[in-house]
Amino acid sequence: MGSIINNINKAFDHRIRLGIMSILMVNEYADFKMLKELLGATDGNLASHTKALEKEEYVLVEKSFIGRKPNTRYSTTKKGREAFKKHIDAIEKLLKQ
Amino acid sequence: MSTEDYLKDITEIKVLMDKSSRFFSLSGLSGILAGIYAIVGAAIAYYLVSISGRDYLILHGKIFNYILIDLVAIAFLSVLTAALLSSRKARKNNETLWNSASRRLLTAFLIPLITGGIFIIIKIYNHHYGLTGSLMLIFYGLALVNASKYTIGNVKYLGYVEIILGLICAVFPTYGFWFWVLGFGVMHILYGSLIYFKHDR
Repeated sequence: MGSIINNINKAFDHRIRLGIMSILMVNEYADFKMLKELLGATDGNLASHTKALEKEEYVLVEKSFIGRKPNTRYSTTKKGREAFKKHIDAIEKLLKQ
Repeated sequence: MSTEDYLKDITEIKVLMDKSSRFFSLSGLSGILAGIYAIVGAAIAYYLVSISGRDYLILHGKIFNYILIDLVAIAFLSVLTAALLSSRKARKNNETLWNSASRRLLTAFLIPLITGGIFIIIKIYNHHYGLTGSLMLIFYGLALVNASKYTIGNVKYLGYVEIILGLICAVFPTYGFWFWVLGFGVMHILYGSLIYFKHDR
């Protein structure tokens, strides 16, 4: 039981952060606008959560320009994918009990 | 967190994974209409050939040009209907018509389709038009199978049916017209109704 609780990841303990990871797990990348539309979050809210995931090195942030418009692209890191899988496994085990 | 919270998490993860990678608002009604356009268009073509006095087509003849216009009209009307009705369905589902999932869907669909289209045109200009019906069915089927991973998954079964019809048609090219009616007319109506009753209402 203790080990399952240890695998529940605090970094994913929020709707928006869990959402960002879910989207990035099945997409090569997603830009800020796409995440915003899918999660229904405000700019500030989304930015703080992506920053938190970036600090954990779970997501990779690439800033570029499309023409003159700045574009921010997010993708998962290997570390992020592994952490997310562990987290889901832990939840599933918890639910089976 | 309680068990209920975790269950909600899992559900939301699944919803977001689907929503972010697939376009679900494909309209079934537009499939039914596309099938009807195809059958009406085929009837017009049949009539045109029957009044020409021959029971086969000659390239660069007047009738041939009319049939080309007929084909382009069917394709144009089908695409227009699909875009309009899918956009309506997307609005209802709180989805946008033009998002990353629909863009991927369109790219996956168009690559085999345009390749096939160009190939068929090249063959026609080399006077090899006996297999046109078969080739249209095969390439359209491949386009559907390729696009199915970005939309309602069972689109691939329609794709398989079109490919199989196309291959059988290649064995019996004289019945090309009837295979075309079956693949583009009847199959669209059948499959469109399936989607309509399962997802649209």
